[in-house]
Amino acid sequence: MKQTQAFLSTYTADVSGVCSALFELGGMTVMHDPSGCNSTYNTHDEPRWYDTDSLVFISALSEIEAIMGDDQKIIDDIIDAANQLKPAFIAIAGTPIPMMIGTDFDAIALEIEDATGIPTMPFPTNGMHSYISGAGMALAGYAKRMLKDSPEEVLPRSMNILGATPLDFSVNGSVASMKEFFEENGWNVLSTWSMGSSPEDLAKSGKAEVNLVISSVGLETAKFLKNKYGTPYVTGTPCGEKFNEFILKALEKAAGSKDETTAFPDIPEENRKLVIFGESITSRSLASALYLEYGICARVISPIETPDGILSGSDACLSEEDDITESLKGVKMVIGDPMYKPLIPEGVKHIPLPHEAYSGRIFRRDIPNLVKDITQYFERRLLNE
Amino acid sequence: MLKRLFDPNDTTGAAVKIAEANFPAPFVSGLEYGAPARGTWNIVHTGMLIPDAHQVFVCASNCLRGVVLTAAEMNASHRFSTVTIKENNVLEGDMEDLIIEGVSDIINKLAKRPPAVLVYTSCIHHFIGCDLSLCYKELRKRFPDIAFTDCYMNPIMRKSGLTPDQIMRRQLYSILEPKTINPKSINIIGNNYATDGDSDIVRLIRKGGYSLKEVPLCNTYEEYQQMAESFLNISYNPAALAGGEYLKNTLGQQHIYLPLSYNKDEIRNAMKKLSEVLGIEYKEDKEDERKADYALSKALEIIGDAPITIDYTATTRPLSLARLLIEKGFNVERVYADSFSKDDHPDFLWLRENSPDLDIYATVHVKLRVLPRNYEQKTLAIGQKAAYFTGTANFVNIVEGGGYYGFSGIEKLAKLMVEAFIEEKDTRCLIQQKGLGCESCI
Repeated sequence: MKQTQAFLSTYTADVSGVCSALFELGGMTVMHDPSGCNSTYNTHDEPRWYDTDSLVFISALSEIEAIMGDDQKIIDDIIDAANQLKPAFIAIAGTPIPMMIGTDFDAIALEIEDATGIPTMPFPTNGMHSYISGAGMALAGYAKRMLKDSPEEVLPRSMNILGATPLDFSVNGSVASMKEFFEENGWNVLSTWSMGSSPEDLAKSGKAEVNLVISSVGLETAKFLKNKYGTPYVTGTPCGEKFNEFILKALEKAAGSKDETTAFPDIPEENRKLVIFGESITSRSLASALYLEYGICARVISPIETPDGILSGSDACLSEEDDITESLKGVKMVIGDPMYKPLIPEGVKHIPLPHEAYSGRIFRRDIPNLVKDITQYFERRLLNE
Repeated sequence: MLKRLFDPNDTTGAAVKIAEANFPAPFVSGLEYGAPARGTWNIVHTGMLIPDAHQVFVCASNCLRGVVLTAAEMNASHRFSTVTIKENNVLEGDMEDLIIEGVSDIINKLAKRPPAVLVYTSCIHHFIGCDLSLCYKELRKRFPDIAFTDCYMNPIMRKSGLTPDQIMRRQLYSILEPKTINPKSINIIGNNYATDGDSDIVRLIRKGGYSLKEVPLCNTYEEYQQMAESFLNISYNPAALAGGEYLKNTLGQQHIYLPLSYNKDEIRNAMKKLSEVLGIEYKEDKEDERKADYALSKALEIIGDAPITIDYTATTRPLSLARLLIEKGFNVERVYADSFSKDDHPDFLWLRENSPDLDIYATVHVKLRVLPRNYEQKTLAIGQKAAYFTGTANFVNIVEGGGYYGFSGIEKLAKLMVEAFIEEKDTRCLIQQKGLGCESCI
């Protein structure tokens, strides 16, 4: 129960995840929070903040409002701001104190929607989970609320990319590269949830033949779209030439079978002396790419929420610093964010792979675009061993 | 992509002429926006001023994220650790155990035992009724060689009583151990920046043969502890008042408050008051005043009638500064401030009377997110937020007054204005760095 990080950083939390996922969709997101979430999000979790005037605010919750259970203040303030700024939708995300006092976000959202006529979505975040949870519920919530109910005509060889936020893919062109890759291979990418696509693009999602889940953030939306439109989905992040071939085959297979599947190859359990730290789907994809390109067997350690069926063999979900330290015994090499360095034993090679959701903006300029080619980034670093 | 549905010329609610503004809160509170100007210090930066002290934050993940990365960006991760609060801790009520065992675990893992540990608790502890006294008692028992102090990251309290910033500027001195009072030693307290050595206040202290101590000047923990020997604490930032009163009560040190000001009478009164406390005969320093006037007149020659904007992060007395510049003939068009301090009231009244068209702009109002960030002509901003909101590359890059004080402070500020007006800065790069003056890896 130590829950201590003597040396390590902290992943982006759920409330920032909500804001990040909805940032480009023309809505207004309000964090029901006294103050701190505001600068944390727009300084460390949102690389688009300086250049894009997305409407993300805090409620500036005060002690007296919390003690008195005064929900009217946030209701009135959101209505007032919405009437001035005319957002396409309103999202409200919770933080620790609203959770402790049992704020009824559903009721608050209903009142606001009733007064403004603007679709209003409550998200029960509490600042105690990672962005995976927050961004995941935000995208799925948006899909549930904003997509048409009627069945859509399916367009052959069309797809959506689900789970794109700067928290996993930064703003280095990775998401655009994914879209370009699939279009070069004969797929029509209808939307990317939710970077680089307009609300109008997202509205076409039901027409897709298949969906690709590129991070855990997109999984809940994929499940929803499968239930709503019957769209099958594939899990895997484009990463290097050979693994990308696996993804293309998985997309073809899923489109034909209508079942969900992963693109991951089986990786032998023995000799997993390389550990990859990070979000589960992107890390498992990188492990797959390294295996296919170089025959290297890697173990994935996911320190945050991890969906079932992604990890395999000795892969693990470990969040405690002590457990992570233990997992590095006998390891020869680690791929992970530079902020893991304090835990990496002497003599163990560390290949830095910055992750915006972990180190924020500190190493942003060093985050590689691994979509089409991983050799440029990894070959020199790996082959030195 | 995003569509702008908002009328860009509609500043209703977000801006007001000073003649029509209320004091001290000119705007109705509502949802809040955060501009990407990050030069002001936060409680991590301030806590790091205590040499060799280690910080432990006990909070939920979302609260930890900002402070962890603050420490990392200032290359101080080795002096920073966290304990994560999870839902089960709230439900099971084991918050005291979490603090005690978590902080103990961290201390035991550190390569070097710190002389002091600053434990920051959060809004959750406040609301759950956590027995912090028990926690600190146990920690002190377990680690008698370490000075623990209670710090707070509870922004929910920022509208009730002392703000987290005021508390931090008080707790910064809470681990000073009593010493024999030295009648020739003086502290300036409550500042993140050391007071400029040329300032009126420092020169008067030196003239009286006193040694001067300030936390930003301390290089070692021992130097920091020497602050306990001073007979007098001087504060000039209103956020430092609580610290001054605290030290008066705990260490028996005198405290005088000499508010930062750009008003000649106020500066003279402050110097007179300090002279009386120090037993030095007060003489008006006409030369200092003349130099300040000359620097301002030279600045006016260069800046002319270019619009000037000032924000509250640049100085604790934005209205005092606006008044001075207007009195000297500058074209101050806007002041960005969400509220005013009590000290600014006389200047508020003067400006209402003498410059009624001065625009007061909020910085956190939701419209500030979408109002145009440009000016039709070349403008000069004093402060990072003013620079951001007016889209200028000509700005004076200071926060919290920059350590300048008195007539020499006015003289130096005038020179900075000229420099800023002539040479453009990389606003985007500079203002996004946290804690102006701290190390930054960004």
